[in-house]
Amino acid sequence: MTETRQPARYTEYHPRWYRSHVSTWWWLARWPYLKFILREISSVFVAWFVVVLLLQIRALSRGSEAYAAFERWLQNPLIVLLNLITLFFVAFHAVTWFNVAPRAMAVRFRGKRVPDLWIVGANYAAWAAVSLVLAWFLVRS
Amino acid sequence: MAKQSNEPVLWALFSAGGVFAALVIPVHLFLLGLAFPLGWIPAPGYEYLHALVRLPLARLYVFSLCFLALFHWAHRFRYTLYDGLQIKHLNELIFFCCYGGAILGTVWAGYLLWNFR
Repeated sequence: MTETRQPARYTEYHPRWYRSHVSTWWWLARWPYLKFILREISSVFVAWFVVVLLLQIRALSRGSEAYAAFERWLQNPLIVLLNLITLFFVAFHAVTWFNVAPRAMAVRFRGKRVPDLWIVGANYAAWAAVSLVLAWFLVRS
Repeated sequence: MAKQSNEPVLWALFSAGGVFAALVIPVHLFLLGLAFPLGWIPAPGYEYLHALVRLPLARLYVFSLCFLALFHWAHRFRYTLYDGLQIKHLNELIFFCCYGGAILGTVWAGYLLWNFR
């Protein structure tokens, strides 16, 4: 026998980790995963809205000509398309946010838990009221 | 001594920004980004908007919205990158880019609104 037996090389008492491989695209596998990622991605569009709002403020402070240029920029078809997508995402954010509100705040009244539906309803009512007030301030012809 | 975590503060900012964004951004965006540019609703004039933003309360509102919405973005986007792309070795870089971006945006908002004339 010419076979030479090498002593086994391993670190004593150290188990090998078992890690199953997860694809980078795991969130495409099922609709709930994709919904989760879309909900998280909505934050990017929230940030985009802040940029548009600040550009508006900057244009307003620079005078009426700068503001007219800003308004023309908003009419650019690409910007309109981007804002349409943004509206979808911010609405998705609002709906998903209000729908989990009962799980985030367990309101009690006279020792009893307020039903989830009431909390969701209150959130939607607040959304409608706030939207109306803001529209009242902004819609002036 | 246990290490103090700043996670609760960041989470609170995320949560406050989430509520604020959900309540006000859809109507703002619908009007500013679609209804006014496409002429569905007549847009407010320059003079009116300028006078509106001159009000300290309006500027405080815009500043709070920008500040909280940006920190909401930073927190949520950071975890999306952590979980979605599995790039753990870049976690520190992601952390600094997200919160750095939110801080820069907040400073920009403060600068514009403080110097608004």
